[in-house]
Amino acid sequence: MSTTASPPLGRRLDTRAAAAGRNYLNESTSLRSWLLTTDHKRIAWLYLASITFFFFIGSLAALLIRLELITPAGDLVDSDTYNKLFSLHGIIMVWFFLVPSIPTTLGNFLLPLMIGARDVAFPRLNLLSWYIYTLGGLFTLTATLAGGVDTGWTFYTPYSSMFSNTAVVMAATGVFVVGFSSILTGLNFMVTVHKLRAPGLTWFRLPIMVWTLYATSLIMVLATPVLSISLLLIVLERVFGIGIFDPALGGDPLLFQHLFWFYSHPAVYIMILPGMGVVSEIIPCFARRPLFGYRAVALASLGIALFGFLVWGHHMFVSGQSLYAGAVFSLFSFLVAVPSAIKVFNWTATLYQGRIHLTGPMLYALSFVGLFTLGGLTGLFLATLALDVHLHDTYFVTAHFHYIMVGGMVTAYFGGLQFWWPKMTGRMYSEIWAVIAAITLFIGFNLTFFPQYLLGIAGMPRRYHSYPEAFQLLHVASSAGAVLLAVGYLLPAIYLPASLRWGRRVDNPWGALGLEWTAADTPPIKHNFHQTPVVTGPPYGYRNDAEPA
Amino acid sequence: MSPQAGVTIQTQFETAAQQREADQLGMWLFLATEALLFGGIFAGYLGYRVLHPETFAAAAAHMKVGLGTLNTAVLLTSSLTVALAHHLVQQGRRRATLVLLGATIALGCAFLAIKALEYTLEFREGLMPLPGLEFRYDGPPPGQMFFNLYYTMTGLHALHLTVAVVMMAVIFVLVWRWRTPDRQARQVEMAGLYWHFVDIVWLFVYPALYLV
Ligand code: HEM
Ligand SMILES: [Cu+2]
Repeated sequence: MSTTASPPLGRRLDTRAAAAGRNYLNESTSLRSWLLTTDHKRIAWLYLASITFFFFIGSLAALLIRLELITPAGDLVDSDTYNKLFSLHGIIMVWFFLVPSIPTTLGNFLLPLMIGARDVAFPRLNLLSWYIYTLGGLFTLTATLAGGVDTGWTFYTPYSSMFSNTAVVMAATGVFVVGFSSILTGLNFMVTVHKLRAPGLTWFRLPIMVWTLYATSLIMVLATPVLSISLLLIVLERVFGIGIFDPALGGDPLLFQHLFWFYSHPAVYIMILPGMGVVSEIIPCFARRPLFGYRAVALASLGIALFGFLVWGHHMFVSGQSLYAGAVFSLFSFLVAVPSAIKVFNWTATLYQGRIHLTGPMLYALSFVGLFTLGGLTGLFLATLALDVHLHDTYFVTAHFHYIMVGGMVTAYFGGLQFWWPKMTGRMYSEIWAVIAAITLFIGFNLTFFPQYLLGIAGMPRRYHSYPEAFQLLHVASSAGAVLLAVGYLLPAIYLPASLRWGRRVDNPWGALGLEWTAADTPPIKHNFHQTPVVTGPPYGYRNDAEPA
Repeated sequence: MSPQAGVTIQTQFETAAQQREADQLGMWLFLATEALLFGGIFAGYLGYRVLHPETFAAAAAHMKVGLGTLNTAVLLTSSLTVALAHHLVQQGRRRATLVLLGATIALGCAFLAIKALEYTLEFREGLMPLPGLEFRYDGPPPGQMFFNLYYTMTGLHALHLTVAVVMMAVIFVLVWRWRTPDRQARQVEMAGLYWHFVDIVWLFVYPALYLV
């Protein structure tokens, strides 16, 4: 955040890190000091460990799904088990991995550092959020051990409330509980951004990462409670027979879909906005140019968060909502794509005439842009009323949201983790391996999910464990891709931890310019800064001319 | 923690004002969350009411309007006592604050007691559609939907009020001890905001269910 020339890429500033000695990692090491910590940087690690665990479980379910789908016959698992597998996969990936992924790990770590604060506004609440998350996770694991749940991640009534014989109450409770963790994190972040910015750090000097975390938090605070009440109503209906969605009593199962998507459409933006924030930091750094159209990108984040509340009905085009409602929701869905498109244009424009360094994190960021664009564009196909009649509940939808949530968000998460890894640990990981992992991921991802677009167009419905033989080739390709994708995810799980032992000590290996890089030690000290930084200029002061020799 | 003019400021804040504003904003955001929680079920209620206007009106005729109105009065009074308590605690008047907090807690308990009485009467009349209980309402089925919504909405509200009462009781003890008056003032203010919110929710529940 200065106007001086960017330090050259790859400069090794070992001095400060070595001289400082003490940092947030080594100032106390007991288990207790970790489990009772209120330091946002340590809480980030607690989350990192937990969500990695759930990512692993969710991936195992996915792997079984892909194994089953290699052959047209339903031979590996029966249909009931298959239903439980994709439900488990969806529930865990959405609420226990993706929703918390970037906000609670990188967000927790970076937000105070990026705004020049000593911690978040409510540090103890921050720790409480993690415990609530853990409690919710325990409920969900219990539901899994108690035989699982087969409603899909969407818990549609009346199946979930009246017919399913599986552990719906337990699973819904888990999601209900983890919702409060989201709410509290969102609340904490919003207050932090409003009240704890360093002197001189005006709103339009904030890095985009902060803008997107803010927009994400807004959705968490305003949308999650509606999910809570919908799940509560399901639980009431199952436990006490108080049927709010029961058609026999004049209830309308569609009400549940309205409530659920009123949360869940905005929530899909919870699962993409932070990724947009991450790439908005990475791209300028490795293009050595200021982010193009900074204000537009910043405001587009808020635009997405707000307009995202107006389009939920596009999930119900064929559920019997009125045609007028459908038309309006279709129109709004087209409009909501505009701010996302603005962002894509601006990232691309940032690259133009930049000095592009294809580092590991940059490859992840570029993958994000490509995959997100494809996912977003196919969203427009789905938002087209007539087309959706054909595509609804097919693999096309599956491919659409995986391009965004996995191709986009998970890729950004991995990219961000590696971009800030040196900051979090003071160590540099193996860049060659990062490049290999990023490329593997990109190829593996497309091989897995592109065939699913084709399957969907050809009419393959989602959520079936057997299918006509004509679809086999594409399913086999998809399963093969999944293996490659898994390799792409496993590699960082090896070389990142390895760097803790063998990685060289670094300070700011990228010559990056955020406050977190320029004003804090690496790794940062307990309350982040030796003295509160004063900000005098806009972010992204990168310059082309300060290049490595 | 560093003291500044008698106020404890936590490490992450620079000034007492900043800390207070953060607390306030946090509470307001929390209330926004709560508002949407109730908003979800209200939206459901409104939708169904539009679908089944006559049946709902017929079922609502079984509500104890007198007790509901009495309860509304009780809660409105408690909002007044909370507001006064906040006013007094800022002036450092401990005893008067205690009296008003005590009154607030008493009024909150009174509301819950009246609510419990209502539930008991409804139980006797066979208007509780719970498994194992005999449901003796003879109108068309959406009438039962009305009762389902009634128990869900009032139950959720009563749960919130219970939390608010417990919170007030804790703060009563803290004001009793009077260790850090400036903090107690903030605590009364925050708990007061929550209390008002719970009251306001009732001001929506009451006309929706009792006065249809
Ligand atoms: C560019 C803006 C977007 C548009 C216009 C759009 C449009 C749609 C439409 C119309 C559907 C319903 C398809 C159907 O069920 O027939 C859908 C499904 C879905 N979208 Fe998007 N989408 C957009 C962005 C996103 C983003 C950013 C995400 C996630 C981060 C996302 C995640 C999902 C998910 C998870 C589903 C399927 C839910 C389910 O039924 O299980 N979408 N999208
Ligand atoms: Cu949507």
